[in-house]
Amino acid sequence: MAEDNAGRIAERDGFIVTKGKNKKQLQCDTDSSAGCVSQRACVYCGARVVLNPITDAIHLVHGPIGCASYTWDIRGSLSSGAELYRNSFSTDLKEQDIIFGGAKRLNAAIDGLVEKYQAKLVFVYSTCIVGVIGDDLEAICTAASQKHNIEVIPVESSGFIGNKSAGYRAAGDALLRLIKPSEPIVKSNSINYLGDFNLAGEAWIIHNYLRQIGVELNVTFTGDSHYTALKSAPKAKLNIIQCAGSMLYLAGKMEELYQIPYIQISFLGIEDTAASLRKIAATLGEKSMIAKAEALIAKETARVEAIIKGYREKLQGKKAAIYVGGGFKAISLVKQFREIGIDVVMIGTQTGRKEEYETINNLVDDGTVILDDANPAELERFMMEKGAHLLVGGVKERPLAYKLGIAFIDHNHDRKHPLSGFEGAVNFAEEVYSTVCSPVWKSLSKSGIDRGVTNHG
Amino acid sequence: MAEKDKNHVHYRDVNENPCNMCMPMGGILALKGIEKSMVIVHGSQGCSTYMRRHIAEHFNEPVDVGSSSLNEKGTIYGGEKNLRQALDNIVKVYHPALIGIVTTCLAETIGEDIERITGQYLIDKEMEDFPIVTAATPGYGGSHFEGYFLTVKRVLMQLTAATKKNNKVNVIIPNMSPADIREIKRILELMKIEYVLCPDFSDTLDRPFSRPYTKMSDGGTKLVDIKEMGGGLATIQMGITLDDSISPGKYLKDEFGVPLYNLAIPIGVESTDVFINTLVEITGKTVPESLQKERGRLLDAMIDSHKYNFQGRCVIFGEPEMVYAVTKTCVENGVFPAVVATGSQGGKLNELVGLAVTDFLERSNLFIETDFAHILAASQDAKVNIGIGPSDGKYLTEKGGIPLVRLGFPIHDRVGGQRILSVGYTGTMMFLDRVTNTLLENKYKSYRSSMYEKFYQSS
Repeated sequence: MAEDNAGRIAERDGFIVTKGKNKKQLQCDTDSSAGCVSQRACVYCGARVVLNPITDAIHLVHGPIGCASYTWDIRGSLSSGAELYRNSFSTDLKEQDIIFGGAKRLNAAIDGLVEKYQAKLVFVYSTCIVGVIGDDLEAICTAASQKHNIEVIPVESSGFIGNKSAGYRAAGDALLRLIKPSEPIVKSNSINYLGDFNLAGEAWIIHNYLRQIGVELNVTFTGDSHYTALKSAPKAKLNIIQCAGSMLYLAGKMEELYQIPYIQISFLGIEDTAASLRKIAATLGEKSMIAKAEALIAKETARVEAIIKGYREKLQGKKAAIYVGGGFKAISLVKQFREIGIDVVMIGTQTGRKEEYETINNLVDDGTVILDDANPAELERFMMEKGAHLLVGGVKERPLAYKLGIAFIDHNHDRKHPLSGFEGAVNFAEEVYSTVCSPVWKSLSKSGIDRGVTNHG
Repeated sequence: MAEKDKNHVHYRDVNENPCNMCMPMGGILALKGIEKSMVIVHGSQGCSTYMRRHIAEHFNEPVDVGSSSLNEKGTIYGGEKNLRQALDNIVKVYHPALIGIVTTCLAETIGEDIERITGQYLIDKEMEDFPIVTAATPGYGGSHFEGYFLTVKRVLMQLTAATKKNNKVNVIIPNMSPADIREIKRILELMKIEYVLCPDFSDTLDRPFSRPYTKMSDGGTKLVDIKEMGGGLATIQMGITLDDSISPGKYLKDEFGVPLYNLAIPIGVESTDVFINTLVEITGKTVPESLQKERGRLLDAMIDSHKYNFQGRCVIFGEPEMVYAVTKTCVENGVFPAVVATGSQGGKLNELVGLAVTDFLERSNLFIETDFAHILAASQDAKVNIGIGPSDGKYLTEKGGIPLVRLGFPIHDRVGGQRILSVGYTGTMMFLDRVTNTLLENKYKSYRSSMYEKFYQSS
């Protein structure tokens, strides 16, 4: 057994590199190792985060209660209309169903829900045991679809068939079935926006920018989207992708099937937001758009930089650790930290891809630790070794940072504040300031009750 | 499981917004209360991560839980290799004093024999003395409530030995807040009673800030103490609703002859009195004056609030044991439990609630194995004006305008779930104030406009 005092696990070695030190290629995009306390969730989770923001769909989880319970309305996705997506429906399988099969229960559940909520669209998510007991989701959904004359789409998201990325793919497949046109496509001049889930209104912020520069937006995948809008997706002439992890597969397929080219953009941070607006305008190639984009960027950058400058002075020289879901977000965060004077000393993701890690490697300073599918022990070790002042991550990472006495930024699907666009850049800087410069840390650094009475005048 | 009163089960084809979680969740919570323990969830990666996320948000604590990360191969050919690897890695990184393994629907459905696997593992590693507790907790077998008690029972079944008699009172704790557990301990210490409290996650899931950080927190029920529970003076189990099949106290009684006092969670005057009197009966100790004063203050508070509370028509939901304790307390204070509901199987909850609510002019509605869509509909029918239960009840507030007093697990939309105190005389007083003030707040919020609309007529 390869082991040292820090409790390092040999099989994890390939997933951790230090920039400049190791020449080896970082391993990524594989299954998590047993007992390593991975921060990753499962295939179902990946599918659910992508599809759940579709506001007028019935999201029905076929399985025992836990999967639906742990995912009920925990996301910050907003809707301008329907609220159906904020429910968590489950067939709530019991022992008898496992023995005799869950088909009967699933049929009844679909019938009951469709009648009660009059929805045009149902997603049926398969969970681990459905994959094992072999209920024929495809056949059940097809039959239900014909019976009710609506779309009932199976999502093949049994938890054990891969990691979260496989869930993104399952969601992509479900979406491809949904948008398949029944009539010839009449192309429009509009674009689709992929990989924004409208957390705290982020998709709305981006819509406003696009509107200002004269870009017509067709549909967002999937923030604040609905059945009818999604159906029109094939008519767009360009796809722009924010969250690459969840949407590259879908974008590739849409290019193949509907000749819609795609570009990757990022609306995290001033630098990326400005670059993305330019890229969209340039790709669409209309002169008026380019001019309007420049005007918007100039106006917003001036406004936002004035605010951020104040924070940067306070934050200069602090060190950040990043541990987020996807690679594209991680890349943007490195740049965004630079904008506010902070260096990144540790960076990792749950589901980053090889090309994304290459970009990360080119972007960060020598000595930065880069790691894939990390666990609490590794996060703790490297944050301490590197002297990080703050961590950016999700709900599970937050208490670890706080227990270590360091600052924390929420960058997860549960958050209730936008981090996209110029508005988001300000929020980000404010949040970093609010946690890094909190007076709380001063109390921790003093020696405690035994410090005595010094202020009794 | 016991024969259920079919009238109270709301049978349905689909669960619309769950009022319960799954069995392994309860198993994790129970095992977190054992000293230097680590948990492995035998199943696919998502189960452990989702449960960790939920627990971390309620307690605001790091919650490290291993997973055997079953993939397609492990599912087809069996998960032994994964489970052994998980054990290797957990031992290496955490150096735990005990490992608990709970199963998931996946592991149970493919028929994993975790006892055989772990038994062989310990022999192969020459670690025969290392304690591994196993609990079969399929997600379709029951809720987190049943998973919790079943796992506590499994802990005792695998760790408690026949031993010579000692002077300690065994106290079996349900899923209550760390603040509640600490209050129970304070009362025991005030009465100078020797005890073993199990499980005890009052420190492990609510640890003080200190440096340096350690992966394993201090606290939890000591393994040596669990071993000696077979020789205890008596067992007090806060599990009055429990079905015998998952009762840890019943196990200690049957196996080692330890007398069992199965009590309600001590919320409210009567239930707290019963708890204290039982302690007196078992140990012969006297009740200290300070505790008498706390009781007097609670009575004083109850009198102060009684008329306001009489306007309360509440919906109580959550885990059966907490639901029963809260129902008793509401009854005691004149708050009418219009709807009493749990997503769990309920055990003896329906008969107990039936006995508790007989004095009211109206009938209470009891639902077991129910969901929030049904709870909301029933609450609106019953013109409920206050809800008491975990955070998912925010749905009742948002959809039905029912204000919510947060209590139980999980509290994920507010900070401090781990600090909510509701047991004992002092805890009850604080709970009651939260209820009364919520009723008052709601009344005063609309008082001027509602009276105007009702009575004002322009001339």
